Order: sequence, then structure tokens, then C-alpha cells
Amino acid sequence: MSSEIDLRYVAQLARISLSEEEESVLGSQLKDILGYIEKLKEVDVAGVEPTAHAFPQTNITRRDEEQPSLSNAEALKNAPADANGLFLVPKIVE
Amino acid sequence: MEYEAVIGLETHVQLKTRSKMWCGCANQFGAPPNTHVCPVCLGLPGVLPVANEEALRLTVLTGMLLHCDIPRYAKFDRKNYFYPDVAKNYQITQYDKPSTIGGYVDFEFNGGISRVRITRAHLEEDVAKNFHFERTSGVDFNRAGVPLMEVVSEPDITSADMAYEYLNALKDILVYGGVSDCDMEKGMVRCDVNVSVRPKGTTELGAKIEIKNMNSFSGVRKALEYEIPRQIEVVSRGGKLIQSTRRWDDVAGITEEMRTKEYAHDYRYFPEPDLMPFTPTDEWLADISRRVVELPLARKQRLMQDYQLPAPDAQTFVWDKPLGNYFEGIAKTAKNPKAIANWVINNLRAKLGESQTTLADLKFAPAAVAELVELIDSGKISGKIAQEVFSDMFSTGEAPGKIVERKGLAQVSDTGAIEALCDQAIAANPGPAADFRAGKAAALNFLKGQVMKLSKGKANPALAGEILERKLKA
Repeated sequence: MSSEIDLRYVAQLARISLSEEEESVLGSQLKDILGYIEKLKEVDVAGVEPTAHAFPQTNITRRDEEQPSLSNAEALKNAPADANGLFLVPKIVE
Repeated sequence: MEYEAVIGLETHVQLKTRSKMWCGCANQFGAPPNTHVCPVCLGLPGVLPVANEEALRLTVLTGMLLHCDIPRYAKFDRKNYFYPDVAKNYQITQYDKPSTIGGYVDFEFNGGISRVRITRAHLEEDVAKNFHFERTSGVDFNRAGVPLMEVVSEPDITSADMAYEYLNALKDILVYGGVSDCDMEKGMVRCDVNVSVRPKGTTELGAKIEIKNMNSFSGVRKALEYEIPRQIEVVSRGGKLIQSTRRWDDVAGITEEMRTKEYAHDYRYFPEPDLMPFTPTDEWLADISRRVVELPLARKQRLMQDYQLPAPDAQTFVWDKPLGNYFEGIAKTAKNPKAIANWVINNLRAKLGESQTTLADLKFAPAAVAELVELIDSGKISGKIAQEVFSDMFSTGEAPGKIVERKGLAQVSDTGAIEALCDQAIAANPGPAADFRAGKAAALNFLKGQVMKLSKGKANPALAGEILERKLKA
């Protein structure tokens, strides 16, 4: 993994805008984090199977059964704006 | 230079479950907005998804129906993006370890059987539905979290018509297997189309253009009928196509560019930490394999072979599965299955339609249809009388043999009786009789009709014809 990060690109993906000062602080912090990863790479993992989870648990499911939902009023309780039962958001332009 | 199209389809299908993928909210179309929602499908902080086992089963069942491999390890991943159709800012999907991989769909096309290979069918969650107003957009989360399966095809499709037939075949299979109702009106099937063109005979793929979010199969066909010539036109003029996403405008009948590769999404997939992997056991898989059904195409071919049915009749029984099952129940032991198919399709289906009833409401036993056909085939009743008998048995449930007996409908094949009727008909119609003698062959049909009328439809028509001819030529 490269320790060079395109900070502006990462910020854009996260939809945050950074001042030049923030960019330099976060940039060096992220570099440190990547440094830890480099350190982890030194561990010998030959013969260790990659896993997406630390717990050796699989097949956790629920039955296909209907449960009560929230009422419309409850669902919209925290909405900054709503109308006709819908959450209102700034107009989406694709 | 001649060009050819290379088409691959990503088909999204809502699975037929009672509840959503990660929570117990109802998987149901058409409810008032935001009434089948809870903290999980609203993406509120601190909630945990728990996978719906039936959705996992239906995905694996699809894999079996599409001849896929079912890997012994599958997991879910987060696909990250910002859009108001997903409140969590990620969609849970299967990225590199899907539930099924590598299969195919066979279907009838251009008078033969075509095959489109399937890359994978994976499981994900549907997203909320957006409505656009003058100044704002509205979001309804009822659809968010509905189990959604994505069937990805290899780029094996070469024309708009082939894409259309593939989609119909895929839909028929999924409906047959009980995987999805595939109700297009309810948005249960949506499709992304990948299409490129290249000089015929070459193997390198052209720039891939994606047409997003098609919600009808005829729309897919129309979009491709527009897009393929458009690309060929650009390339043959020496122009260059770049990888991009387009939108189909059904009203204008054109595709238009939405975004090019420079603005392509970077989804930053990573394993979903809130869900454990799935490792299907032998037992679990065996349980699902018991739900595998005969595929529509196989059923059609079998009906044609086992019962000598013409293709349209077999297709009718494929589309109307209960009617097909009813037919097979009778035809298995019957002497003349073809005639039985005729009665079931042309008469029984029409009667059911007229009376707005179903097979479950029938008053007569299935064997009665076989009995009716036997009565015709043995010459006991004519086809015309059979209609009357059928009408009676449909409304009362009385056995056809009994109806014939009670109403005295048996066909008269007694030569003496028919001779007398023929004499009567000739005497009463001297004109047509003379016409026939003068060489007008068609006049015989008129006289035959008169004999049938005199016999109230019971005379054996073939016999009546023979006798009339003999008498008139004498």
C-alpha cells in the first residue's frame, strides 16, 4: 500500500471541505495511520487464512417473519422537514 | 465495415419474502409512504442488521435454477455512496464473495435455443424511493431494505431482440421457482444495460456504455434499438466512444449522457462488519434443492414430446401452470392427449373465463374430459354434440356418458335411419339435389346440413355424406 494519500480526493468522497490548515493536520495524521499498517505488514501471517471477521461465527440469520413497524408519525419525528408522509430533502439533481 | 453489438445485462429482482432483508418490516408494495419502516431500514444510528434466511435461500435457489455454482463461503460488503435513497450512506451487497457464481439461461430465440451465461446472482438490499418536486425531493423508505437479487449476465447478447427474449426467459424462470413475482408494474424488476459495439469478427470490446435503471423489458429493447445504431454511427465516422452512463428517455425515444468515466463512482467496498459470513451446509443446500422446479423451457419441450402437443399449446401450459398441471393429470393415462389439450385450452379455459371461476371450482372430475374425448373418438357423439355435452357437464358436473344417455344424444350410425333422413332431405330440396347432379359438388354440403338438422345433430356426418352421394349418383 502506498503511504501517499490523495487527501483532497478522500475529502471529496466523504463530502467534507477542508481548510489548508486542516489538510496539513489530517494529512500527517493519515500518514501516521498508514505507518501503523506498514508496521502490521511486518507480522508473519504465512499460513493464516484471511478473514473478514475476528469471531469464528457464521450463518446468523432470522426467520422470515413480519414484525410491527413504526408509525409514520414516529418515523418522521426527527425529520427536519416532511410532507405527505415523506422525508423532505434538498432537491436531488442527477 | 460491419459492426456487432456486445450486450450484458444486470437485472435486479425483488425477492418474494414476507419481511425485509435485515428487519421485520413488511416487504409489501403500495402502502402509504414510510409506514413499513423501523430504525434498521431507516438507517438510524446504533442498529444492527440480521439477515433474512428465506432471502438467502431464494438466492441460492436461483443459483440452482440458473445452473450456478454455490460457493461454500459468502459474505456481505458495504458499497459506499451519498444519495438520499440510502440513509446509512452505504448499501449492503455482496462484492467479491457472492452466494452464486457461473451459470446460464437457455431460451428460444430465432427458431433455435440460445444460451446466455450468468456471471453471478448476488443478494443485496433495495433502496428508498425518491419523488421529485419543484424545490425539494421526498423520500419513502418502504422499499429500503427489501431483499434484492442482482443477476449479472456475461456479454453474450448480440441484439435488442435477444436481450428482450433473455429477460422474458429469466423472468419466467424466477416466477416458476417462486423466487419473485416479477411484477413490472410494481417495479419488482429493474435492469441496467451494458452495451458496446465492435467490428464484426474482432474480439476486443469497445467502450462500455451503461443505460441505467430500465423498468420494462420493452424499454430495454427500444433503448438498444436506439443505442446500437447510435454507437455504430459514431464509430464508423471515425469517432471515439468513451465509457459512460446514459439515461433512456422513453418519451423522446433517445438515450442521453448522464456522466462519463471521469466522474465514475468510487464505492470503496469493504466487508460489512455487522454481518457474519455464510457457509452453507450440505443439509441446508439439500433442503433448498428440494424446491428446484422443472424450468419453463424444459416443461415446454417435455409437453411437446410426451403428448405430441403443438408448440403454442405447450407454451399455453407453460404460462398457465395450473392449467398445464390439470391437463397433465388427465393426459397421463388418456389415449388422445392432443384432443384433451384442445378441449382444455379452447373450451375449458373459455368457460372458466366466461363464468369467472377457477379450476378449483370445477364441478366435474378431470376424468370426465377424457371420457368426453373418448365419446367423440369412438364415434358415439359428434364434435358438435360434444359442445353441448361439455356445456352441461360444466354447469352441472354430470358425467358426459350420462348426459348423452339422458338426452339421447348418441350419434346415429344406423344406416337405415340415416337413409330415411337422406330421402327426406332430397325430396324436400329438389333444387340443390339437381344442382349436385349437374356437377355442383358444393350442393352436397347443403343437403348434408339438412340431414344433420333433421337428425337434431345426431346423424354421423361422414355416413350421411356417403349415403347422400350414393343416392344422388344413382
